[in-house]
Amino acid sequence: MDKAMYAIEVENLTKIYGKGETAVTAIADATLQVKPGELVAILGPSGSGKTTLLTSIGLINEPTHGKVVIDGITVADQGWLPGLDLKRMRREKLGFIFQHHNLISFLTALENVMIALEINDLSPSEARSRAAELLTSLNLGHRLSSYPQALSGGEAQRVAIARALANKPRVILADEPTAALDTENGKNVMTLMKSLAVENQSAVLVVTHDHRMVEGFDRIFHVRDGLIVS
Amino acid sequence: MNLAIRDIQFHRGRFILTSIGLGLLIGVVISMGGIYRGLSADALSILESVKADIWVVQQDTNGPFAESSRIPEDIKYRIKAVPGVADASPISFQTIQVERQGKPFRFFLIGYELNGFGGPPEILAGRNIRQKHYEMVVAKAMKIEIGEKINLGIHDYTVVGITGKVVSSGGDPAAYVSLADAQDIQFKKDNDAIRNDRARINSNLAGIRSLSPVQAKYVNQNIAGITESTHTVNTVVAKLTPGANLHQVQEQIRRWNHFRPISVEEQTKILTKGMIEKSRMQIGLFRVILLVISAVIISLIIYTSTIDKIKVIATLKLIGAQNRVIIGMILQQSLLMGVIAYAIGYGLILLTYKRFPRRIVLEAFDLQVLFIIVIVICTLSSFVGIRKALKVEPAEALGG
Ligand SMILES: Nc1ncnc2c1ncn2[C@@H]1O[C@H](COP(=O)(O)OP(=O)(O)O)[C@@H](O)[C@H]1O
Ligand SMILES: [Mg+2]
Repeated sequence: MDKAMYAIEVENLTKIYGKGETAVTAIADATLQVKPGELVAILGPSGSGKTTLLTSIGLINEPTHGKVVIDGITVADQGWLPGLDLKRMRREKLGFIFQHHNLISFLTALENVMIALEINDLSPSEARSRAAELLTSLNLGHRLSSYPQALSGGEAQRVAIARALANKPRVILADEPTAALDTENGKNVMTLMKSLAVENQSAVLVVTHDHRMVEGFDRIFHVRDGLIVS
Repeated sequence: MNLAIRDIQFHRGRFILTSIGLGLLIGVVISMGGIYRGLSADALSILESVKADIWVVQQDTNGPFAESSRIPEDIKYRIKAVPGVADASPISFQTIQVERQGKPFRFFLIGYELNGFGGPPEILAGRNIRQKHYEMVVAKAMKIEIGEKINLGIHDYTVVGITGKVVSSGGDPAAYVSLADAQDIQFKKDNDAIRNDRARINSNLAGIRSLSPVQAKYVNQNIAGITESTHTVNTVVAKLTPGANLHQVQEQIRRWNHFRPISVEEQTKILTKGMIEKSRMQIGLFRVILLVISAVIISLIIYTSTIDKIKVIATLKLIGAQNRVIIGMILQQSLLMGVIAYAIGYGLILLTYKRFPRRIVLEAFDLQVLFIIVIVICTLSSFVGIRKALKVEPAEALGG
């Protein structure tokens, strides 16, 4: 199969929460494409619809109108495409990084990465060695058996990045990955994501309200009140 | 990696405490079953130790255990003479309560004919009763040493032997004396009382002026005879010759019109269906209530532990974990808790059941059925949690 030209294609995406008088249009008519290996930032103030855009692309939030294509597969066209295995798409094609690291509290750093590999049918021993390798490359070799609560914010976010990258996904979606970190750690996390995106040829879509964090990105979209303005 | 086990390891304190709590509950359920089986075993204990085929008791009674029965001792000769009867032996039963070491001490006294049967089924220590008077064999459970003397009524009785686990249908341990001694204890407990009785009847009779002196003397002698007559027993048990027809023998004894010949089968029914039926139902009801309580507790535990894990479940869904991963985690935890709680409950009863005041009989069948019930409860309970878990949206992982 041909490699799709774009890792992410979004066409006239609209998301309306609620119905009638209380309806909120969180994102209106958004269109964007991201190529594999490309690093794209979405910048906008709080409440502008960034998370909604990301979760709609991330198969978490059903779009009201418009089309979403991931790695050449149409996933939404006026709502989810019927018969689509969203979970399978998520585990095979997507990697998520969020503001709050979302690590599983009762698993160690190593196991948090392992679980992402095991649900993709890797044997536990393969999963273990690959997770250890990945974490070591992110300078967490000494933290493998630590539980999330014992990790610093920067360490936890690096474990979350390792988990998002574990399956070498085509698309990495990051929602304010640096918001809970200080500037120093935030910059490190961003630099890390950039280098990994290039290495894995993954498309990286980072959402943030902090323009200091988006240096060196290939493209930057600005959103305001649900509209992509540039 | 097993998520269920990792979660349990992380929250092991909570898990262990919950399992112990449930284990205690299951332990009580197990012991209830054991008590019920023990009730049956106790009720049939004497019946089984006597090994008779027919129990002859007073007419129109369910004696000698369920109702009182009095028959003359010498009926044994007539019963022995019935074709098909190999041997017959009179037995008396009475519950005795005395003070011993400052505490009330209850036991079930069995009087048997030394050259008949119905005596101690086994001798664990010492010897059987050899002399016609003042010797006693006691059940081990009475915790009396050989050589010890016990005062019953007017005489002291010396313990000469220890027998095994024979108890009355009420669970009191059994002691054996010769039939003659048993009758003494039963009817001549207090000689003064008998003398008083006789004197009272005499003075009453003295008031009857219509009797001639000869008649009065005759009546007097008879009264002495009646009040002194101790040749009464509660039952005469009979063994049949091989190949004898039980119904024919019963029919013949029934025709004498003063006795009821109860077969072992009927006696078993009287003891189990009649005497312990209410206790059985009571215990059964308790077991059901406890099982329902366990089911509610397990459901609550599983449900709250699922609520605690909503974020984890949402994260698992977010990274694309299959439903089986999530269902497996909840179901396995529930089952593991059930199995561990069962093991704790079983272990506990196994260690303590010998110390229970009443006999606990643990039957493999009961234990297996209870295990299956616990597993079913755990499985059904986990459905509550699973239903909740499957409704969790991956978006719930996003919030702080
Ligand atoms: N689940 C929801 N239900 C209703 N309204 C929502 C929901 N999520 C977000 N919104 C609304 O949509 C708008 C955009 O929110 P969001 O995408 O979270 O913006 P951002 O991530 O840029 O802060 C806001 O007005 C928010 O109140
Ligand atoms: Mg947001």
